[in-house]
Formats: sequence, C-alpha cells, structure tokens
Amino acid sequence: MSTSFHPDKKGFYGPFGGAYIPEMLIPNIESLKKKYLKILNSDTFRKSFKTLLEDYAGRPTPLYYATRLSEHYGCNIWLKREDLAHTGSHKINNTIGQILLAREMGKKRIIAETGAGQHGVATATVCALMGLKCVVYMGETDIERQAPNVARMKMLGAEVKTAISGSRTLKDATNEALRDWIANPLNTYYLIGSVVGPHPYPDLVARLQSVISGEIQWQLRNKTGKAEPDYVVACVGGGSNAAGSFYHYLSTPEVKLIGAEASGQGLTSGKTAASIALGETGVIHGSMTYLMQTDDGQITEPYSISAGLDYPGIGPLHAWLNQTGRARYLSVTDQEALDAALLITRKEGIIPALESAHALAALDQLELKSEQNVVVTISGRGDKDMKAYMEKLKLL
Amino acid sequence: MKKLISLFKQKRNLLSVYFTAGFPELNSTVPILKALEEGGADFVEIGMPYSDPLADGPVIQNSSSRALTNGMSLKVLFEQLKDIKQQVSIPLILMGYLNPVLKFGFNAFIERCKETGISGLIIPDLPYETYIEKYEPVFARNKISNIFLITPQTPKQRILNLDQASTSFLYMVSSAAVTGTRQGLSKRQIKYFKRINSMKLSTPRMVGFGISNHETFKEVCQYAHGAIVGSAFIKHLENYGHDQEAIINFVKNLKTGEQTDI
Repeated sequence: MSTSFHPDKKGFYGPFGGAYIPEMLIPNIESLKKKYLKILNSDTFRKSFKTLLEDYAGRPTPLYYATRLSEHYGCNIWLKREDLAHTGSHKINNTIGQILLAREMGKKRIIAETGAGQHGVATATVCALMGLKCVVYMGETDIERQAPNVARMKMLGAEVKTAISGSRTLKDATNEALRDWIANPLNTYYLIGSVVGPHPYPDLVARLQSVISGEIQWQLRNKTGKAEPDYVVACVGGGSNAAGSFYHYLSTPEVKLIGAEASGQGLTSGKTAASIALGETGVIHGSMTYLMQTDDGQITEPYSISAGLDYPGIGPLHAWLNQTGRARYLSVTDQEALDAALLITRKEGIIPALESAHALAALDQLELKSEQNVVVTISGRGDKDMKAYMEKLKLL
Repeated sequence: MKKLISLFKQKRNLLSVYFTAGFPELNSTVPILKALEEGGADFVEIGMPYSDPLADGPVIQNSSSRALTNGMSLKVLFEQLKDIKQQVSIPLILMGYLNPVLKFGFNAFIERCKETGISGLIIPDLPYETYIEKYEPVFARNKISNIFLITPQTPKQRILNLDQASTSFLYMVSSAAVTGTRQGLSKRQIKYFKRINSMKLSTPRMVGFGISNHETFKEVCQYAHGAIVGSAFIKHLENYGHDQEAIINFVKNLKTGEQTDI
C-alpha cells in the first residue's frame, strides 16, 4: 500500500497530528470536524470560494519564468507569485475559505492569532468583507516589531488584543486565541492561520491553500507541456504555503519537494526556528509533531529574522513528509535569506518577504541541472520587512 | 487511587485545593502541602508547571512561569515528593499538560506517580479517546486514576462515556472559561449543575473553575460532591507567600466561612 499523505479519520498523518485538546474545546472541534468536508465539497462553497479568489484576491497568481535568476542558477526557475495576491501573501487563500466556512456554520465572531501580522491582516480583511466581528491576538513583542500591520488590522476594523503571557510572540498569541475559544464556545469561530493546531485544522488549511499547486500544475503544463516540475521549493514556518505548494504533487514522487526552514543565526546558535532539524516529537497547540523543547518538555522560544517563520513547531503534515522522506527540509540562516532576497531583487525586480527569501536561499543547497524546472513559491512581498532590510542591508 | 475512592465514599462537601509546584518558591511545595492538610483540605491538586498552559487563566499562567523560572521540573517535583507519603496523608493529584509528561516518558511518569503515592492525574490535553486507545492499561496497572473534565457544552452521550471511563471523580468545569476567579454562581450554572445531577451518573463530581470563597463553595456543594479552588489560592500565595498559618486560615475560611486575622 502506498503511503497516504492525507490524515486518517482521527486526524493522524502516521504518528503526527491528532487533536490533543482540553475537553472544553472538544464540542467545537467535533462540530468543525463533522462539517468541514461537507461544506468544502458543496457547490455553494466551491462557487463562492472560486469567485472570491478570482475577483477579490486576484487569482490565479502568475507563474513567472525568472530569466535572470534561471541564468544565475543554470536551470529553469519558475516563481509562483503569491506575493501578488490581495493583502500581499498566500494567507488570503486560507482566510477566504475559512470565513465562508464560518459563515456557513452561523458564527458571528472571528478570532485569529498572528505572528508577523500577515495572517491577522488577511483575517481582518475577510471579516471586513463579510461584516463579521474580528479579534486578532498578537504577542506584545510582535506588536512592537510589526506596527504597520497592527495599524492595517485596526483600519480594517479588527480589535488587536495583546498576548502578554509567556514569551509574548506567536505561540502565546495562539494560546490566547485558544483560551478565547474556550471562553466563547458558541458564537465564535477560530480562524487559524497555518497547517497547525488540532485536527481538522491542518487538513482544512492545506486543502484551502492547495489552490497554489492546483494552479502550478496547469500553468506549468501550458508553459512547458508538462505539469510536473523537478522541484517545488517553499518556506516552512507552520507550513501553510509549503503545504499548498506541495499538495497536488504529494503522490507524484518524481517531483522533489523541498521545504526551507529558518535556522536563524545557525542550528547550534540557540537562536533558531528549525523545528525539523532540531525538533523532537511532542504536543504543541493540540497537535503531535516536531517541536523545539527543553529537556523537561517546556516549549522553547524560536528565533528567526523572519517573524513568519519563528514558530516552535511545524504542521503535522510536514513532520510526516519529513519522516517518510517524501519531502526534504533544508535549514537557511538569516544571512543566507538576506543574500537571497537581495539577489532576486537585483535580478528580477521583486522584493520578497523574508519568509520567501528562505525558499530562494535553499536553491543554493540543491544540485540543479540545466534542463530542470524548479518552482519556488514567493509566499509574500517584502513591504512589511523593509525595516529589517534597511537595517541589515544598510540601505539608509 | 484507593485513598481517593474511599474519601468520596466517606465524605461530602469535599474541598480540594490546587497550587502550582515550585510557586512562590522552588521549595515551597512540601510546606504548602502540609499546611493545606492541616487547614482541612480533603485532597490536593499539585500543578506541574508548563510553558504553554492553554486551559489556564492569567493567575495560574503567571504562577507556572514563575515556577519554571524558579527551576521547577517533573524531575525536581518527584524528588521533592519522594517522602511525601510519610508527611501527608490526604490524597494527592497531579495536574498538568501532556508534553512534559511525554518528554519524561509516559510509562515512566505513571510508575513514578505510583512510587510517590499519587492517586490521580488531570491532564487536560490528553483527550478521552487517546486515553482509551493508548493509556488506560498503564493507568489501571499502576492504580492511578485519570480524571476527566466535563463542561456545560459536553454532549450527553459523551458525559455518559466519560462517566463510564472514570475511576474516581469527574471534574465539572463550572462554565465556559479558562481557570480564574469569578463572582458567585449564575442561574445558568445552577441549571447546568442540576442537569448533570439528573443524569444519575455513577461517578461523583467536583466543581472547579471560578470558586473563590466560602459562599460559592457552600452553594456548589449543594449540587456536587465538593469543589476545587485554584486561582484564589494562588492569589493568596502571591499576597502572603507560603506562610503556614496563613494557608491554614485560608483553607479553614473556605470550608467554614470563619475569618481569622492573618
């Protein structure tokens, strides 16, 4: 029997995933579990989702042949331009899908967690679109680092609540969102931003993001005559853009899948977010997966120059893809990502998000041949990272 | 486990007190346990601090991070409790999250609980289904009771399943909320307590979350076997430290309503 890359009934990808949640969350998770596939597969949902993705979010996003970057690497580099989607990243694919789901489930209040603020902005955007109340939890440290995104969320009408527990970053914002859901079980929908959390979230978010690889297939076929590239490369924090980029190729082993995770200042520096390279198995936010922890099982604080990649765990699908060898995960340092960002900016006139720069930097670690087609997902644009670029690339 | 079961057979209006191990000080665990027993607590829940306690409100979160900063860990806790059987005779329960237990090694952890004389465990993020599938035999073999939570939203059939799987008591979460103190009981809560009572479950219930004073304790005892006080006691420790007399008076006051100056 071939390996399945979809979760079983209980939400497990091999040993990973599941729903390790307190009793207080069980009714909500059960109800979501019962309804999500039915709603996602309904004609009404599919029609609304497609229309909004096309007319509102600007899909399909281009698959762009990067001529000068291709010359540089000596192969064919195709950039999947999620940075051109509305709100500036792939996050909008997921929030459009989940807001339709929440509306269908009759929920009136939306909560979300955010790290860098991209998912928070994408959530606040669809809440404004649907006229739903929106509360976004964000760690105190991130609020300070990401002021423009906080302002965007507020302008969109969202309430931004400061997570002051723990390390005051993404993992704590996620804890706060879960606590909010415990306290407001009836009217509230938790719109999670990545392929993490208890089942069915990892599967739900992967399905909604799979629009990315769905498009890559037909776009690449149109351009090259073949739907299958040699490589698909994407960055991995929780792993939603990677899950979406890999999705339609999961059972096509000739397509090599590469995830780029952030090793921050280096794998052994103690300042890293490389959950796969360093992680051990454990439970975080309701899911069994790789995570970064102390010898006593306390979750440690990750570090990366990219706020979207500094999550101490990883989606259970990726843990499984790693364990089965279906995907390979490479570590990329802050410096390598910065170099790659500058390279693509100068070669192609595209300023990528720091997250996406990690995917580009991973190209240096691959042995690429001239006839090969390599798809790299540019998950978001670099506007939000200008402060870091200004400092690190000495642009002032 | 036997101790816990016979306690529920013999007594009503039980008071259980929760505190976080290693808070306010690393070595306050044992002195607090002794004082709680002396004050009249019927059993105690010892919190195993965790970096990401997602079912807990700010008071217990804060005590957990302070305990971790103080150097608390499962290894340290078991070391502190190694002679506790000789020092304290009321049943002890450990409460905490799954990840540190997995890291310790689930079976090793349960065996260590047995050696230490722990009666039961509350692990909020160990769901009933996983318990049944994977862990029930190791709990049974070591005579440790796994304690399940029920909430106002738990469906009837699930309550019946949890009742069936229970070996000591059910932890009845008083309202849809994380841990923390609240003022008195609402009509809706009383309706929920009555609804659960009318189910004639075979397992006794303790009510927790939001119980902070004698009045609420007394009221809750009309509908359940007893009540659990957590955040209110943590606040007490924040204010008065682990002074023995103060803890004894705190517990007496909860049980009897009598004020003693501290």
